[in-house]
Amino acid sequence: MKAGISLRETMKNNLYKYILGIADNSLILGQRIGELCGHGPSLETDIACTNLSLDLFGQVRSYYQYAAKIAGDDRTEDDIAMLRKERDYINVLLVEQPNRDFAYIIGRQFLFDVYHYLFLTELQKSKDLTLSAIATKSLKEVSYHLRFSSDWVKRLGDGTEESHAKMQDAIDGLWTYTDELFHQTDADKQMVSEGIGVDVTKLKDTYYNNVAEVLTEATIQVPELKYFQKGGKQGIHTEHMGYLLAELQYMQRAYPNMEW
Amino acid sequence: MTTTEQHIDKILIPILEQVSDPEIPVLSIMDMGVVRSAIIENDIVKVEITPTYSGCPAMDVIGDDIMAALKNAGYKSKIELILHPAWTTDWITERGRKALEKYGIAAPLEAEADKDVLLNGKRLVKCPQCGSKNTKLVSQFGSTACKAQFQCDECQEPFDYFKCLK
Repeated sequence: MKAGISLRETMKNNLYKYILGIADNSLILGQRIGELCGHGPSLETDIACTNLSLDLFGQVRSYYQYAAKIAGDDRTEDDIAMLRKERDYINVLLVEQPNRDFAYIIGRQFLFDVYHYLFLTELQKSKDLTLSAIATKSLKEVSYHLRFSSDWVKRLGDGTEESHAKMQDAIDGLWTYTDELFHQTDADKQMVSEGIGVDVTKLKDTYYNNVAEVLTEATIQVPELKYFQKGGKQGIHTEHMGYLLAELQYMQRAYPNMEW
Repeated sequence: MTTTEQHIDKILIPILEQVSDPEIPVLSIMDMGVVRSAIIENDIVKVEITPTYSGCPAMDVIGDDIMAALKNAGYKSKIELILHPAWTTDWITERGRKALEKYGIAAPLEAEADKDVLLNGKRLVKCPQCGSKNTKLVSQFGSTACKAQFQCDECQEPFDYFKCLK
């Protein structure tokens, strides 16, 4: 009897962690591109980036609401989003990289969107009906994101000498963070075996093919790299993460339990 | 899987039709297709609504407005947000599409045409001001998550286009 309960506990904890693994990526990327609100290079791109951010935050709410329900204690979606410490966020390093120039912002978005699109397409088949519903809903939005970022990669890559150089720099600089997208945690593995999670290792080839296709059209060279950065999925982040969280969590830290 | 049919008690329809989308006030939430079910159970109206876009900030307001409208009609209510099946622009009614056009927002085209317009720069969207199809995409993202920005090359007016979502 005891073993049964603890098995169910493990399953619950893994599902909770699994949801956070998906949602944290969108939260942190949403925060990053949300930083462009009022600072975009043009009015249209500014509005577009805040729209992407809004979509991602909307999706994040659905995931965290579900996670809070699974946790089954008094935790709320806001607690999960706002009150964890840096080490407890398990987003990939790619999404926390800071906004440099617009090419870098687009490059980061594109490298994530290609993954996100493939991931959600598979998550639709999840045996967990809530996750599959969120995936179906989100996929419609993310296909717009992917169009937008692919379009800009091509425009900048195949644009002027300067925009081309900046786009190439961005892809070269961000490439080291792409491999981590396909790493599996223990929670991921269990969820895959339960038919709930997506086996990300199987997305890798398609991912790099799809990325290369757009980069080639954008006259951007596909980087060749042997060593990649990792750690985000274990909570070991780059130095940029602390600054991001300081801003994200400012209101709750300064005025604990405040509400709108 | 769940069907896409709506289950709405006939008595409640006129009440729900009074509630409008806070961002597009000419459009009732019924014409928008966000109310998926509304039934009376033990004197409480249970309403299920679905968001147009995940991040749609209007959903909380819509929930509150529904409760207020039902309260005025003498009903207690409970609102639930559902994600499945996911909302599509096909659920906007014909009356809703006309209201959009009249308000100055171009209604969504079919999926293929929408793609041509947003990706290949085809001129298919009808300007809600002058009716010309000589219109161009300004940005894939507009004033709200559900819209793109367009401009008419005949009358020069900028306008919103409600993106197709399937």
